[in-house]
Amino acid sequence: MSNVLVIAEVEGGKVRKATFSAIAFARTVAQAGGTFSVLVAGAGAQAASADVTGYGAAKVIVVDRPELAHQVCELFAPTIAATAKAGNFDVVVVTASSFGKDVAPRVAAKLGAGYAADISAVRTDGGKLVFRRPIFAGNAYGLCEIQTPVKVVSVRQSEFAAAEPSGGASPVEAGTFAAADPAAARVEFVALEQGKSERPDLGEATVIVSGGRALKEKFAAVLDPLANLLGAALGASRAACDAGYAPAELQVGQTGRIVAPKLYFAIGISGAIQHLAGMKGSKTIVAVNKDPEAPIFQVADYGLVADLFTAIPELVEELKKG
Amino acid sequence: MKILVPLKRVADPDNANKIKVSPSKIETTGLEWKPNPFDEYAVETALRLTENGANTKARLGEVVVVTFGPKETEVTLRATLATGADRAIRIDATDDQLDGDLIARALKALVEKEKPDLVLLGKQQVEGDANQVAQLLAEYLGWPQATFAGTIQSEGDKALVVGREVDGGTLKLRVTLPAVVSVDLRIVAPKSVQSMHSPAHVYSDGVRFAALMAIMASKKKPLVEMKLTDLVSDTALKIAYTGFEAPPGRKAGVKVKTVQELVAKLKTEAKVL
Repeated sequence: MSNVLVIAEVEGGKVRKATFSAIAFARTVAQAGGTFSVLVAGAGAQAASADVTGYGAAKVIVVDRPELAHQVCELFAPTIAATAKAGNFDVVVVTASSFGKDVAPRVAAKLGAGYAADISAVRTDGGKLVFRRPIFAGNAYGLCEIQTPVKVVSVRQSEFAAAEPSGGASPVEAGTFAAADPAAARVEFVALEQGKSERPDLGEATVIVSGGRALKEKFAAVLDPLANLLGAALGASRAACDAGYAPAELQVGQTGRIVAPKLYFAIGISGAIQHLAGMKGSKTIVAVNKDPEAPIFQVADYGLVADLFTAIPELVEELKKG
Repeated sequence: MKILVPLKRVADPDNANKIKVSPSKIETTGLEWKPNPFDEYAVETALRLTENGANTKARLGEVVVVTFGPKETEVTLRATLATGADRAIRIDATDDQLDGDLIARALKALVEKEKPDLVLLGKQQVEGDANQVAQLLAEYLGWPQATFAGTIQSEGDKALVVGREVDGGTLKLRVTLPAVVSVDLRIVAPKSVQSMHSPAHVYSDGVRFAALMAIMASKKKPLVEMKLTDLVSDTALKIAYTGFEAPPGRKAGVKVKTVQELVAKLKTEAKVL
C-alpha cells in the first residue's frame, strides 16, 4: 500500500510534459494498492493545476507563490518535504529533468529517505517496491530497494510514457508554503538563458535529428531543413557541443538528455558509449556516416554510409516528394 | 579559498560495454581504473579557482582531495596531488559498504573538521550514474548548492556566479560561500572558470597533466587515512541492490545503399514516416 506524491513542474503557467512521466509511475505503483496525489508548486501553479486534474489523482495540492518563479531548489525543497510529511506520503516522485535531479536528493535528505535516481521501471515484489535503474552508462540495470519508510525516486522520461488522461476531476486543495531554508538566503537567481527555438523539447519530440562533429560549422545549415520538415527536435553529440557547433543544451547522452523518440537520426555521429547511453532506447534509429566502421551502425536499424553533406540535402528533397 | 574535492575511481568508462553482468554482480575485471571523469573536472576547476593562471606557482588557496576506497585507491589520490592538489585523505571503505547517502553523511562530518569554503564535486560518477552526493551533502550541511556547473566566476572568494546546464539552457545562480557545487562537462573549457586572481586567463582545453617533476614531488605531499567510523557512527545503507540485469541488446540493422532506399524503408518497413 503506497501513497505517492508526484512533484509537478510548472513552466509558463502550464505543467511541463515531463511531469506526466512521473504520473505514469505513480499510477503503476498505486495500482498495486494505494493512491497518488500531485503537488503543483510554482508561480502560476493555480492556473497550471488544471492540467493535472484529469489523471485520477486523489488530490491536486497547489502552492502558488511568486517566490517559486525560478527553479531554485532551496526554495522548493522545504515545501515539497513538508507536503510529503503532512500527507503521510510514502513515495515522492519527480521526473529526472534537470530540476528533478537537482531537488529530489535535497528532499530525500530532509525526509531521512533513501533516493533512487533515474529509474526505468518499478515492480512490486512481496509487497516491496523494486526499482530498476540503468547503471554503467546503460550497460546494466541495477535492481534496488529503498530501505527507509519514505522513498524518493526520479523517473526517466524516456522510459515512462506520459500518462494519458483518465477523466474525472481530482479535488484541488491549497497546500502550505514552507518557510525557506537558511540556505535559500545564500542563493540568488541571476538569469535563465534559453536559446529561442520553435522546435519541440528533446524530451518530448517524436523525431530527433542529431548531429556530430563531422558537421562542423554547417551543423545548422545541414540539419535545420531536415528537422523543420519532420517537425523534429535537434540533438547533438558531446563532440559537436564541445567544439561549439551546437549549443550545450542539445547534447544527447549518458550525462546530457536521455531520449527515446519514435525516430532518431544520428548524422555524422560515431557512436561513443556515452552517446549510445542517451539514445539507444529510440524505436527506430537511422545512422548516416561516411565511416562504415562507426560504432553507431551497431545499434542503427538503418545505416547509410555516405557523405552527409550530399546525403542530407538529398534526403530532404526525397522527403519533400511525399 | 579552501576547496574540498571528493573523487572516485571507476572502471574505464570508455569500455563500459565490456562489463560482465550476472544476476548477483557486475564484474569489471580487465577494465583499467580511471578517475571518474567529472571528478577530474572538479579537481581541474578547484586548481583554476585557487591559482593565478598567469603564474601557476603562486597558489592562492588550498585544494584537499578525498576518496572512499581501499588502499589501492591511493594511486588515484597521488595522481591528483601530482597535478596540483595540496593534500589527500583516504577514507577506508569498499564500494559495497557505501551508498550516496552514507558518503554524503561522512563528507558532512569531514567538512565540519576541514572547514572548506567550497566543496566541488563531479555531477555524477559514471558507474552508479545517480547524480546525488552534492545535493545530499548541501542539504545535510544546510548550504546552498549549484549543480551541473558549466561556468564559474568567483566574486572575491565570497560568492560564485555559477552557470548551470539545465534542460533547454543555462540557469545562472549566485551562491554565497560556503557552498556545494557539482560540475558538468564544459567546466573545463578554456574560459569556463574565472578566478578572482586571474579572471581573464585562458586555459588549455580539458584537464591538465602532471609533469614528471610534479609526480616525484607529489610523493612528499600529505596523504592521511581515516576510518569511515571516524566520521559517522551510523553506517547503515539506505539503498540495497538485490540483483542486476543485462539491458536488452540492440541488433545492428541493415545498411541501405541510397537515400531513396532509406526513405522507402522508413515508410513501408519501419512505418515511421
